[in-house]
Amino acid sequence: MSDATANAKPEMLTTADGKPLKVALNRAQARARRKAFLLVLPLLAFILITFIAPIGQMLHQSVYNEGFTMHEDIGSGERTPIMTNIKAWFDENPAGTEPGEDAFAALHQDFLLLRELRAPGQVGTRVNYERGGSRSMFTKTARRAERMEPPYKEAFLEIDEEWTDPELWRVMRDASSAYTFNFYLAALDRTKNVDGEIVQVDENRQIYVKLFTRTLFLSVLITFLTFLLGYPIAHLLATLPLRYSNLLMIFVLLPFWTSLLVRTTSWMVLLQSQGVVNDALVGAGLLDDENRLQMMYNQIGTVVAMTHILLPFMVLPLYSVMRPINPSYVRAARSLGATSWTAFRRIYFPQTVPGIGAGALLVFILSVGYYITPALVGGADGQLISNLIAFHMQNSLNWSMAAALAALLLAGILILYWLYDRLIGIDNLKLG
Amino acid sequence: MADVTSNDAFVVFDRVQKSYDGETLVVKDLNLSMPRGEFLTMLGPSGSGKTTCLMMLAGFETATHGEILLGGSPINNIPPHKRGIGMVFQNYALFPHMTVAENLSFPLEVRGMDKSVREEKIKRALDMVQMGEFGGRRPAQLSGGQQQRIALARALVFEPELVLMDEPLGALDKQLREHMQFEITRLAHELGITTVYVTHDQTEALTMSDRVAVFDDGRIQQLAPPDTLYEEPKNSFVAQFIGENNTLEGVVTEIKGDLCEIKLDSGEIIDAKPVNVSKAGERTRVSIRPERVEMNKSRLQEGAHTLKAEVLEFIYMGDIFRTRLKVAGNEDFVVKTRNAPDQVRCTPGQQIEIGWLPQDCRALDA
Repeated sequence: MSDATANAKPEMLTTADGKPLKVALNRAQARARRKAFLLVLPLLAFILITFIAPIGQMLHQSVYNEGFTMHEDIGSGERTPIMTNIKAWFDENPAGTEPGEDAFAALHQDFLLLRELRAPGQVGTRVNYERGGSRSMFTKTARRAERMEPPYKEAFLEIDEEWTDPELWRVMRDASSAYTFNFYLAALDRTKNVDGEIVQVDENRQIYVKLFTRTLFLSVLITFLTFLLGYPIAHLLATLPLRYSNLLMIFVLLPFWTSLLVRTTSWMVLLQSQGVVNDALVGAGLLDDENRLQMMYNQIGTVVAMTHILLPFMVLPLYSVMRPINPSYVRAARSLGATSWTAFRRIYFPQTVPGIGAGALLVFILSVGYYITPALVGGADGQLISNLIAFHMQNSLNWSMAAALAALLLAGILILYWLYDRLIGIDNLKLG
Repeated sequence: MADVTSNDAFVVFDRVQKSYDGETLVVKDLNLSMPRGEFLTMLGPSGSGKTTCLMMLAGFETATHGEILLGGSPINNIPPHKRGIGMVFQNYALFPHMTVAENLSFPLEVRGMDKSVREEKIKRALDMVQMGEFGGRRPAQLSGGQQQRIALARALVFEPELVLMDEPLGALDKQLREHMQFEITRLAHELGITTVYVTHDQTEALTMSDRVAVFDDGRIQQLAPPDTLYEEPKNSFVAQFIGENNTLEGVVTEIKGDLCEIKLDSGEIIDAKPVNVSKAGERTRVSIRPERVEMNKSRLQEGAHTLKAEVLEFIYMGDIFRTRLKVAGNEDFVVKTRNAPDQVRCTPGQQIEIGWLPQDCRALDA
């Protein structure tokens, strides 16, 4: 033992049996590391499969749509490339080329395949995303494709004279490549004109930018309202004796334990024009029967219900920040000569900023993506962008559009998060 | 009790009572008067009402009954920020989101002082507590002792006439605490400020104060300078609370002037100085300090009463010997003797005789 230590080089420490200390340390810790990794492995796999992968797929879908280029048989799963002839024509001729007989001949070949695969609807839908009314053109044409005789251009025009519409050919050219940014353009109320330049869509079709703005505005408003309502509650919770604060905490958490639908519908009961609030106001003579307040199925309904539902997300981070603030800080400020307002403004409030930041970020991010409540109580002008995403997912089945809208929303939130980090610092975030 | 009506009184508590729930009194009939420049310590076990008194003086609690006067005028209705009282808190209460200099600047800013005046005062206050270098640090970057100094500097920077300290040294280790005790008293005397200091540490109270108010059960049990408090406790509580103390119980048999004879419950007779007893037949508890017990019979007066004792334990502590005895049925009777060449070193089981001067043995309330 003593010989070994005497012979060891001074700069290399060894264990009692002569192994280098670093190797021994690594080996000793490797087991623990492996165990720790195995413990988190199920969660890691869960997150990868249910979270990371779908988000990746969604982002991919927002720039990739193969409705015009690939047919997948529902029964056998066999994948067949479609519209290959017209794609070849697009590749040979630059954008803006007037489609001639060769183009229509290629199109005819493709329509014969579509008819065989029963896929004209799919292609029509893809074109319809960018040019309304195209789906029926495609199905109609496909039905008569077998009976078509050259010259094909005339034959096509006979079925529908819109077939020479340059807009249609611009859309088909874009769609012939599965990768496209057109969905993002559409999500920003932009489109390409015949020459491929980016322009605004018609005024009466501009809805997305308006909805994004409204979503942001209402989210900021809701965040501010939850802050106004939540700050005093959180302060009360943090300063009351434990006996009372526990009771109050149950009241704060009670909405959490109630179904979201129940909470939303109870607001409908309260706020609708024949609802409790209006009845009470009319009954008290404060309101004429014909002038009942419209507080439901509009923005007021959305704001009121969402403020209520998201309030706990503001109260809890605030509470967790306020609870450990020792009352002696304010007392010290008072004894040093500050009025109670100055003591609050200069001493108490700055210490709660991390909680405000956390609560505001939480409420804002939740309300930006909120869906059920605005869908139920929002009416027409209380809808948020998430309702439109849901519409494209469920009704129009334009998943690429839904993905593009969702990706823009995600990007917006990431930018705000980055701004927050720059302005307040993410280290100051305190969630509980 | 101190004279409440004296003219030089700076801080006066006049028959102050405090109740939190309307059922029990936390402070019962408190009368106290402090001259300007005094260092007064409120000492007592927890729950004795001392901190409540401090909070009433600071303005964070209102007196349920009675008046508190500061510089001659009642302050019951003056909010804390207008009282101009510096305060050092138990946990220092340094504002965590401000630097040391900003902490010190705060009381000056709320008083509307100019920047140049503020900087001058901050620098002086920091130098005073030897923390001149630390103005730019945050409180979290300082050690406990340094935070303590800053808290002190902040309480003094706006030059209050009265400073309150609520167990300010409780969180420090022993050595630092002793050093800060010295520093606080030095500053208080140098600046001539009136200080009310709350603690439950009797050593702190004895070493720092001009006068100590011993609190128990919502009352001041005794208000006296440290030496009087230690040597002449007025009642059993003070005798027990301050320093180490041996008690024996018995009945007064006779009072003759400033001596009385007491028959202990075990049958022995001793002499004592009557303090809280007035007539024969009263039950009493006699109190004697461990260092005033004499084991060397030759040092006692002729004819003094002695008691038989059995040595239970002998502890060598270097400068002193600590001997635990069984005396008159009490097995916790402690004797402290100085380590001197002629001093007896006892062995457990030994039978000895002990005695004391009658004036060192005080007959108190039962």
